[in-house]
Amino acid sequence: MPTIVVDVMPKSELLDPQGKAVSGAFARTGVTAFSDVRIGKRFELTVDGEVTDAVLAEARRVAEEVLSNSVIEDVVAVSVSGAEAAE
Amino acid sequence: MTVRIGVVTFPGSLDDRDAQRAVRIAGAEPVALWHGAHDLGGVDAVILPGGFSYGDYLRSGAIAALSPIMTEVKDAAAKGMPILGICNGFQMLVEAHLLPGGLIRNDHQHFVRRDQKLTVTNADTAWTRDFSAGQEIIIPLKNAEGGYVASEETLDRIEGEGLVAFRYTGVNPNGSLRDIAGLTNPAGNVVGLMPHPEHATEPGFGPDTAAAMRSGVDGLPFFTSAIAAVARAAA
Repeated sequence: MPTIVVDVMPKSELLDPQGKAVSGAFARTGVTAFSDVRIGKRFELTVDGEVTDAVLAEARRVAEEVLSNSVIEDVVAVSVSGAEAAE
Repeated sequence: MTVRIGVVTFPGSLDDRDAQRAVRIAGAEPVALWHGAHDLGGVDAVILPGGFSYGDYLRSGAIAALSPIMTEVKDAAAKGMPILGICNGFQMLVEAHLLPGGLIRNDHQHFVRRDQKLTVTNADTAWTRDFSAGQEIIIPLKNAEGGYVASEETLDRIEGEGLVAFRYTGVNPNGSLRDIAGLTNPAGNVVGLMPHPEHATEPGFGPDTAAAMRSGVDGLPFFTSAIAAVARAAA
């Protein structure tokens, strides 16, 4: 069954306290390769049937209006995964 | 005329009963409302209480903002009904776009609980007219996701329009931009804040004051203001 994946990230200009906490843990455990960590959300929307343009448009709409809050977050990707993805 | 103030209970609301009690102490009749009903029960004002509605899943207040009753709350807000969002209720109001901005995890990443000093910056709203502008009050604060954020442009606009209703004073407990603790809409009927005025309405159960332990009742004017606003609108 195809799945539409929505990725949401906190806005880059805002503090990401969760990411900051992970950065702190890296520093404490000697991980030095990464200067910053930011934590976002991945949503998997299961589609019964074909991913039509209308379904994809609906996914984009809920991504903007429900799954994210444009004041604090950005929708960075809406993509189709799974075998029956529409061309 | 007895003013009737509704308090909406959502799955995960914690302070709905406290808000009802505060309404009663202030001299109005509390009316329990249910998130799943498209019905405000004919109340004169509405309080969205604190808690962790829907476990704060997705974003704090986000799923509650899509509840059936929020359709009626938005309609009533547009018609000028006094609406107060406390803590999780404030988060619902921003998620419902009734107030601007957003609330994120506290900058220090911890839950915070303290008796918080606030400055009343707008004393011309339905919920603040019994204060005076610039008045300092002590209201209990308890949250993990109370960091107020908005774009610089939005912050400039809301400050310019006088929409900042309360500012954290002395200590900024959560990293809120420009020390913003609470907001009003331009009409002054919709007010939201992170601190909990309902926890400072009854001597013996409020924050400590210089006079006596737990004697703080600085939250009471929120409710008396709304009662007066309703009475004035009806007159």
